[in-house]
Formats: sequence, structure tokens, C-alpha cells
Amino acid sequence: MIYRLFPNPELELATAPASRERLVERGFERAYENAQEIGSDTVIQHIQAIRLGGRGGAAFPTARKWLSVKNEAESIKYVVMNADESEPGTFKDRELLLRDPLGPLTGLLIAASAVGAQQAYVYVRGEYRDVEIRIQEAITVLAEAGWIGPGKVSIDVRRGAGAYIAGEETALFNSIEGYRPEPRVKPPYPTAQGLFHKPTLIQNVETLANIALLFAHDVDWFRAVGTDATPGTKLVALSGHVANPGVYEVPFGIELGALIGDGQYGGGTGTGRPLKAVLMGGAAGTFITPQEAFEARLDYPDLAKFGAGVGSGAIMLFDSTADLGRILTGLARFFADESCGQCVPCRIGTKRILELLETQRLWDRRADLKDLATAMTDASICGLGQTAANALVSAMNRPSLWNEPAAL
Amino acid sequence: MLHLTIDGVSINVPAGTTVLEAARGMGEYVPTLCWHPNLTPANACRACVVEIEGSRALVSSCSRQAEDGMVVKTKTERVHNARQVIAELLTSTNNTASAGDLQELVSHTAANTLRFAGGETWEQPLRDDNNLFVRNYDACILCYRCVEACGVDVQNTFAIAVAGRGFDAHIDTGFDRPLPESDCVFCGNCVEVCPTGALLDKKEYELRQSGRWEEQDITTTRTTCSYCGVGCELELHVMDNQVVKVTSPEDNPITHGMLCVKGRYGYEYVQVHEDITEPAP
Ligand SMILES: Cc1cc2nc3c(=O)[nH]c(=O)nc-3n(C[C@H](O)[C@H](O)[C@H](O)COP(=O)(O)O)c2cc1C
Ligand code: SF4
Ligand code: SF4
Ligand code: SF4
Repeated sequence: MIYRLFPNPELELATAPASRERLVERGFERAYENAQEIGSDTVIQHIQAIRLGGRGGAAFPTARKWLSVKNEAESIKYVVMNADESEPGTFKDRELLLRDPLGPLTGLLIAASAVGAQQAYVYVRGEYRDVEIRIQEAITVLAEAGWIGPGKVSIDVRRGAGAYIAGEETALFNSIEGYRPEPRVKPPYPTAQGLFHKPTLIQNVETLANIALLFAHDVDWFRAVGTDATPGTKLVALSGHVANPGVYEVPFGIELGALIGDGQYGGGTGTGRPLKAVLMGGAAGTFITPQEAFEARLDYPDLAKFGAGVGSGAIMLFDSTADLGRILTGLARFFADESCGQCVPCRIGTKRILELLETQRLWDRRADLKDLATAMTDASICGLGQTAANALVSAMNRPSLWNEPAAL
Repeated sequence: MLHLTIDGVSINVPAGTTVLEAARGMGEYVPTLCWHPNLTPANACRACVVEIEGSRALVSSCSRQAEDGMVVKTKTERVHNARQVIAELLTSTNNTASAGDLQELVSHTAANTLRFAGGETWEQPLRDDNNLFVRNYDACILCYRCVEACGVDVQNTFAIAVAGRGFDAHIDTGFDRPLPESDCVFCGNCVEVCPTGALLDKKEYELRQSGRWEEQDITTTRTTCSYCGVGCELELHVMDNQVVKVTSPEDNPITHGMLCVKGRYGYEYVQVHEDITEPAP
């Protein structure tokens, strides 16, 4: 077990998640002061040095976003913590915010001062009322520490109203502004024109927690675990046919086989039946076979060999009884329900895919499906439509998951 | 001037030109369904997508500004596939009988209109709740033009908006109220910009229904609206010596094709032949 993003068990027992003691014991006070002292250029250099990539799914280099926002000449800028977390199988931000809310919030304040923002927002999934309360408690602690308040950065919490698409960054801005959460076309990118059309830095909860850790320690400490390509740890959410479902903190580079089978993590399917398939990276992720899973490590370059990624860190396991057709139908229904409906390929494409699955005409419509999936990936406005067919295509490309001979 | 390459040909365009304008300026065929010259690009139909070197996904050319050194391709296999599938998805959903641009996209991409057909469609009853225009949403492709015309782009009335999500996203007056109970001021600017016939003047709708709308018999006469001092330019569409429709030229620098309820719909008095001989009681 490794405890970095999560506090170690003794500290969790000894201090409340949203308390001054926790702030000090976790080193976040040191992190905040340290970041102020070394100045924004050095802060960004350190983030660059640990090769931090976004943990919200896309793994975009964090330092590049910070630099872009910092370099914008506008006097009004915003920073946003994305805690909308609504993808099936993804529940790590919830766990992190409940257990250690001061980490991500410290990261958010470091971000605000590094890029020159006076206003920060936390956008939290509407159903996460317990999380929202915990965040409010933590904000009170930060106010008492004198980090936020009049003349300093202020943090406002905004609650989502039940749409997965509101987690997409530009849809999230529209939601905060009071509009329908419809994604905007990029460019302009959020770093130039984001919230209220001002330069905006938006990061995932876990990304910001990593920032707090980095400045509570240093670059070498951070790089001591993980791989060269991806230093540090990742929160993974194990679900499905798994003996020990839950959120685990693991170093990048850990063998997927260990993560799935080892008793301190997943502990196998827990059903006494063999593993049939693994869905890597959530609903928009990639199905891989058990053979692939036992060869792979949890890292971007490694998973790329299988056409997969880490995504948000969701890993779903399915044992030999799983009906892949039904699972894919469920995923297709999710995308059809959650599409905002703005653009044609996604609005109608997600519906037609669902219908094909429901009527079990998948295999005889293979060629049409391939064209449809390609058009959705190529021509949809946002990541939802662009990735909605990923899991389906990856499953159809792996004949061993089915008893079907040919690939898509 | 910006220098870019489109389909292997290098061209110079002034800063602020969109990729769509640049490509069309060279005579390339780039289809659009939702784009309208006088409205903000909605980016919704995705028919205008092109390949731009360095972009992973295709790019909607209607809203993308040309950049120096950009390399654009408008005729690749990916572009063709996207446009064809878009045409097929829309025809699988909507009544396209009066959607000219969409029909053109279908024939241009050789789309197979039956390929994705057979599932749920947008078939629904006609909304005929006022004397000025009808709403036939089974033809609606959700291009957002009416919403934009009703909103900040023209009218600032905000009577209609998109509601619902996914396949159920639709144009709504707010809980699907009849238009007269909504905030609508009946300017008809939404009708003016609708590319599919989903919104149609009541007069035109009735004439078409009874088979009396003869496009070739209609003449247009330019005149000036007599209602107020703005003096918008009007085009009277006349059939059988009767005004059947009033529009304003899309390229008129004052109206941009937009009018108010009086100019657009207040024309019946010119063809009422009973003289008023005494004041109304
Ligand atoms: C449909 C959709 C939903 C998303 N939902 C979330 C979310 O719930 N949380 C999140 O952090 N990022 C989400 N993202 C990614 C964000 O758009 C954005 O990339 C991210 O917040 C950036 O932060 P990061 O670089 O720290 O990962 C979503 C993206 C898409 C396309
Ligand atoms: S891809 Fe889907 S979710 Fe994204 S903008 Fe288009 S319709 Fe909306
Ligand atoms: S007639 Fe005018 S006010 Fe009424 S919905 Fe159309 S654009 Fe809006
Ligand atoms: S009613 Fe017409 S203008 Fe409005 S969205 Fe539908 S097709 Fe477009």
C-alpha cells in the first residue's frame, strides 16, 4: 500500500479531514507557503519536471495549461476544480474529497496564485451532497488559515444538476454561467477564453491534489514512485466482478495483473469464475482481454500498445458469465441519454448505436457501424461523441471476447 | 494577409476569414446546414467539417478562423464519410421533403437514406396554434438558427430555446406552451432563417397543403415598409395578384433579412377590398 494522495491510516484516525491539524500534518500549509515563495515561474517548472498530466481523463500536460493562462494579458482570470465525476465506474474524486479535501483545495489555491486568478470555483456533481458539505467545511478551514477571504482568492462552490456532459470543461463553464451545459467549439481554448470568456485554468480534483503534494515535498520525492514517463501515483476505481471493489492508490507502472488479482487490491473476480474482459478507463474506455490485462502495466505508453489508456482511472472487471452484448447496450444507453443533443453525429449516432444493440443487429451491420463510429469520432463537437463508440469498437475488435470469428 | 493551403492550392486571405469562406472563395464545395450568413455559427450540423493538419478530429470550417500556414483538406475520405453519415443520420430521423440544403447534401455524398433508417424518428403532430406560422418539427434538424434569431443575434426575445437532451433535444417554447402563450412577438424571423421548412408561414403552409403554391407563378416586388420611420426594405411575394408572403433581402444592410411582426405579417390590409365606410363601433 502506498499513501500519498490518500493520507496514511494513522493520520486519518488522528485528524478530521477538514481540520487545521490535517492541513499542517499533511504538509499543505508548507506547500502553500512554499509555492508563494518560489514564485509562479518556478512553480510551473516543477510541475513540468514531474511531467504531471491531467487526471480527469485526457492526461493533457498540466504545466502547459498553467503557462498559457499565466501568459494571458487579461486582468480577470479564473481557476476551476472539476469535481463533476459522472462517468460510470469512476468514483475516485468522491473518495479523495471525502477523505482529504484540503489537498485538492490547496492545489486550487496554488493554481490561482500561479496563474493570477482572484476567483476559484469548485464544480461538484449534484448528487455528491456529502462531498459538497465536506468541501464547505474545508473552505472554512482555509478561511481561518487566512488563505481566502476579502482581498485574497475566493472559492465558490457550484453544484451540477445531473448531467454527465457538464463535466466537459466548456459545458461546465456554460453551466456555471447559467446556460445549458452544451460544449463549446474549441478553439478558443479555455486557457484563452473559458469561464465568462476569460482565461481559465480547469483541472481535475486529483490533478490538483498532486500539485499540493508536489509542493509539500519536492520534485525528487514526487518522482521517487511511478515510471519515468509518468511519475507519481494514480487513484483507480475497481468495480464490476471484483472481490474488493473500491478506490486504490497505486504507483504508475504497476502490473495490471497485480492490481486485478492481488489480495491487497482487487483480489480477483471474487465469483470463483475466470475473468472474461476488462474495461479500462470507464464508459468511453477500451475493452481488453484477460491476456492483454496480464501483460500490461498501468501507464500510458504501455496501455497504448493495446489501444487503451488510463482515462479517469476506472477499471471494470467482467467474469465469464458477463453478457458482453448487454453490457455494451448499457454503455450505449448511457451515451444516448447523456449526449447533450447539440451535434448531429452524436445526437442521432448514439441513438442508432443503441437501437442496433437492442435489436442485436450488431454483427450483420458491422460495416455501417464502422462508418458511423468513424464519423462520430471525427466530426462530433466534444469528447462525449468522439469517444462514445470506443468501448463498442474495442470489444468488436477482440473476437476472443465473443464467440464471433471476425473483427470489426 | 494570411497564407494557407487548401487542397494543395496556396491562397492568401485577409485575417478574420473563416476556413469556410476561404474554401468557398476558391470554388470548393463545402456543404452547410446550420450555418447562416447573418447568424453566429452554431457548429451543430457538422456538415462543413474539413481536415486541418495537426488536428486529431475534423474541424468545422464555418467557425474556424484561417491561420497563417494552415494546411486544409476538404476532399478526403474521412471528410466524405463524415458528411455522408451526417446526411444518412438526418434522413433517418427527419422529414426532409422541404429541406433543400439537406437534399443537396444527400445527393452530393451519394448518401444511402435507408442505411440508418428504421429506428425512432422525429415524427410528431404539426403545431398549428396561431394565425401567422406553423411549426412542423418532424422536419427540424436542430440547426439552432431559430433560437439564435429569436435570441441575441437578432430579436432578443428568447421565446424559444433548446430543451431536452440527446435524441430528445428539441426546440421548445417553455413546457411546450402554444406560441401565443409564450414570449413570442411573432416577428417571424425564426421562420425566415429556418432551412428545412419546419417553420412555415401559415399562408404558405395552407396554399401548399391545398396544392395552390406555385413557385413559378410568384413574382417579387421590392418596396419600403410603411409602418414606421425605419423604412425596412420589403420584398412582396405575389401570386395571382395576392401578396402571399413578405420577406426582406438577406443582404440588406439594415434588416439583414429580419423584420418585425407588422412588416412581415401585417400585409392583409392591402388586399381587403371592402371599403371602410364608417368608424368601428
Ligand atoms: C463528456 C465529458 C465529461 C467529462 N467529465 C469530467 C469530469 O467529471 N471530471 C473531470 O475532471 N474531467 C472531466 N472531463 C474532462 C474535462 O473536459 C477536462 O479535460 C478536465 O477537467 C481537465 O482537467 P485535467 O487536465 O486535470 O484532467 C470530461 C470530458 C468529457 C468530454
Ligand atoms: S458530441 Fe454529443 S455531447 Fe458533445 S456537443 Fe455533440 S451532441 Fe453534445
Ligand atoms: S416569431 Fe420572433 S419572437 Fe416568435 S419565436 Fe420566432 S423569432 Fe422568436
Ligand atoms: S425549427 Fe428550423 S430553424 Fe429552428 S432548429 Fe429546427 S430546422 Fe433549425
